[in-house]
Amino acid sequence: MENVEYSTACSRAYAQGRKPSFQDIILTLSDYWARQGCVILQPYDTEVGAGTLHPATTLRALGEKPWKAAYVQPSRRPKDARYGENPNRLGHYYQYQVILKPNPPNLQELYLNSLYEIGIDPKLHDIRFVEDDWENPTVGAWGLGWEVWCDGMEVSQFTYFQQVGGFDCKPVSGELTYGLERLTMYVQGVENVYDIDFNGNGVTYGDVFHENEVEQSKFNFEYSKVEILEQWFKDAETQCNILLEAKLPLPAFDWALKASHLFNLMDARGVVSPTERQSFIARVRDLAKGSAAAWMEKQEELKAGEK
Amino acid sequence: MSQFLLEIFSEEIPARFQKRASEDLAKMVKDGLEKAGVTVGEITNFVAPRRLGLCIENLPNETPDVKEEKKGPKVGAPQPAIDGFIRAAGISSIDEAKVVSDPKKGDFYVVEIIKKGAKTTDIIKELVPSIVRNFPWQKSMRWGEGTLRWVRPLHSILCMFNGEIVDFEIDGIKSGNVTRGHRFHAPEDFTVTDFADYQAKTRAAHVLIDREERKQSIMAQAQKLCADNGLELIEDIGLLEEVCGLVDEPFVILGQMDEAFLDLPPEVIRLTLRINQKYFVVNSKATGKLAPYFIVVSNVNATDGGKAIAHGNARVLAARLNDARYFWDLDRKTTLEARVPKLDTIVFHQKIGSIGDKVKRVVELAGELAPIVGADVELAKRAALLCKADLVTEMVGEFPELQGVMGRYYAKNDQETADVANAIAEHYKPVGPSDYAPTNPVSIAVALADKFDSLVSFFAIGEKPTGSGDPYALRRAALGIIRIILENKVRMPLTSQVNEELQSFFLDRLKVFLKDEGLEYDVIDAVFAGADDDIYRITQKVKTLSEFLKTEEGKTLLEGYKRASNILKAEEKKGALDGTFVASAQYLELNAEKALFSAIDTTKAALATSLENEDYVGAMKTFTLLRDPIFDFLDNVLVNDSDENKRKNRLALLCDLRQMMSQVADFECIRG
Repeated sequence: MENVEYSTACSRAYAQGRKPSFQDIILTLSDYWARQGCVILQPYDTEVGAGTLHPATTLRALGEKPWKAAYVQPSRRPKDARYGENPNRLGHYYQYQVILKPNPPNLQELYLNSLYEIGIDPKLHDIRFVEDDWENPTVGAWGLGWEVWCDGMEVSQFTYFQQVGGFDCKPVSGELTYGLERLTMYVQGVENVYDIDFNGNGVTYGDVFHENEVEQSKFNFEYSKVEILEQWFKDAETQCNILLEAKLPLPAFDWALKASHLFNLMDARGVVSPTERQSFIARVRDLAKGSAAAWMEKQEELKAGEK
Repeated sequence: MSQFLLEIFSEEIPARFQKRASEDLAKMVKDGLEKAGVTVGEITNFVAPRRLGLCIENLPNETPDVKEEKKGPKVGAPQPAIDGFIRAAGISSIDEAKVVSDPKKGDFYVVEIIKKGAKTTDIIKELVPSIVRNFPWQKSMRWGEGTLRWVRPLHSILCMFNGEIVDFEIDGIKSGNVTRGHRFHAPEDFTVTDFADYQAKTRAAHVLIDREERKQSIMAQAQKLCADNGLELIEDIGLLEEVCGLVDEPFVILGQMDEAFLDLPPEVIRLTLRINQKYFVVNSKATGKLAPYFIVVSNVNATDGGKAIAHGNARVLAARLNDARYFWDLDRKTTLEARVPKLDTIVFHQKIGSIGDKVKRVVELAGELAPIVGADVELAKRAALLCKADLVTEMVGEFPELQGVMGRYYAKNDQETADVANAIAEHYKPVGPSDYAPTNPVSIAVALADKFDSLVSFFAIGEKPTGSGDPYALRRAALGIIRIILENKVRMPLTSQVNEELQSFFLDRLKVFLKDEGLEYDVIDAVFAGADDDIYRITQKVKTLSEFLKTEEGKTLLEGYKRASNILKAEEKKGALDGTFVASAQYLELNAEKALFSAIDTTKAALATSLENEDYVGAMKTFTLLRDPIFDFLDNVLVNDSDENKRKNRLALLCDLRQMMSQVADFECIRG
């Protein structure tokens, strides 16, 4: 860390003789990626299963316009909820998401430098790029890349987007996803996610989120009403189609995301049979692909308007 | 003569592609050079996580001129044809062409064209870009703003011939003489002059370009760590192949885990280590059991000697094993029996139904098969009911490879009997040629029922294995049934279980199996010609007959049979064989025919008893009684007697003989 000339939340923590807190890591990543020219966004305000689904990634990966952004995205995976009892699994957690379009040729180096700023020295730790191809069928997206391992732990996903919404990504975007809780647990040396030092000032991750995990788990597995979810899914689908008809890709995509989350809730309830499952996924995919197509069309229109 | 050195440098190539890619590159370069007329000797190809390359020594600097004869039109052909030829051959007048005579085609023009040789460096300049553009990656990608495809972003190409850079450009990447070493230990660029320099500099920059060397280094370091710590390395070739593709220079580190984890099922620990973490598993030398250590292959020669890496990996492993323990504890709170209804929600196959449906069928069938294989009916049905229940446990959800194995643990936990617990684990067996077939009757009943059910169900919806594919592993299922039957001497007519189509599928698999066991195909065909549908009996017949035919008695008996049969075949051809005539003592005249008549008579009775008892060794022994009388008969009796009755009687004797022997096998099929 001595080599870092400027001060970041992490470097200040180390200077104070303590490990960086959860928020130190978030602040340092934002600081670092801001220095690389990224727009620092805030989380998207609808439920998503992964940071990739933020329109700043899914939609902006399409089209020719260069784009650099970084943001934290709370991600909800109802099925993974464990009543706050599992030290490693959560129904709600944070991802740090970076997208660079086109990917710079030194993206791997940029990424490794970000780890260094958090305090992971690649000459002390074993950092490896292990093949992991990424695919998200519900948004018709795939890419090639790696999981990045640090001493045997997956700390990030590193992907070169090839297609989104069934469209070729031209140019290609580089996408980085940091699992913030895991990364912090690693850096802080804690074994239980709820023991994470959140702010470096006495508040733990458990203080902030444990009760939320317990209650949300009860909702996900016991109190969510399937009939309501089903109806809402239908409504979201209808609303999305109305918006697609009106050529409004941004709100249309919001409703595709809502449909996706409602499906995830039904799935967590264990009431979706495999055949239904396929059909739900196909329906969400149609909405997401429709939004992507509408977005592409809109980009062409805007480009034509500029001329 | 000059050296060709090529290195294609990219971001990390997936480990599973590296070996194949290195071979493909060598082949494409060799084929390309040879096609251009360059003679290629030995190729040294190499691959490391970020580079793919090769070196070829002693290439010629240019290819020789090649003389080619270009054939033209006939002498006296119409003028336009001759003019066309003059243009195509690049000559100024037809007088420059030779006239060649051909006995069939007559006289025609020929021009000798000399194709100038090319410089090897020019050939390489064309070849390498085309190889890069057409490389057969299983999966490839684009990056940045370019259109080039490679397995991961391609950064540089080092391409040198005779110490000089071979100049070309692909999608903005200019060839050069520059490369890099280890990502963390030697990130700076450096130039090289030739392969020796390249090898020395990459090694100094912490890259071992030779896969085999990396593998040997990993094994040597791991063995030493084990020897120093009283441990025994569990060799794992698949894992070694993978990890040698994840490191430029391996540093092998011994890590330690909390001994308390050893109360988890060892299968769970081993899988977590190998599959999730890519660690080698070690046993304690003293106890021969799993030791609380693991071996990790790191890519970094860490500044602290690897302490932080060992510690970090141990923590990750602990988190994984804690996860596993969570599943283990949670799973044991629900009995397998209580999980069975959930199987109704898992599709086995769209057209066949759920796993729950399958289980119901397997329960029925296992109950029917139990008495045949000597199993308790209730236990077999119980085991069948529970055999798939572990599919809906957390642990199997996490580690699908542990299906069955976890079921056994959970069944024991539920106080199921040992027979039931073992049958749950063993009903998938044998899963391959190296796996064992179950021997416990309850396991046998469930294993057979599960496999028969799959075969019958998939055949019923027309999902049969084809020459190219067997997605539901039905051949393996049939072979599994065959092995279980043979190894346990299970007696069961196939017709009782399967329809005609499946029966012939089984018999085909059995043929393949017996051939693989080293049995002669003509003997197999001879036995299969019979209408037997009992796998065990068929196999016994094939084995006994094969042994018998290797003995002196067997060989001569076969010879006698062939002679007798030839006589009959000749008569049949003439249409002169009266199949209704029954051999009778009253027409016997010569001693030799009397002897054969009585030998057939005694043998018939003895053979019937042997066959009744399925005593094929006995059957063969009775056959040997026939040998001398047959030869005596064939040597001393003229079948075609002028007396019609004597002739028919003698032929009938031979028919009797043939018919009797065919009860064991069709000796016609056997090569003499």
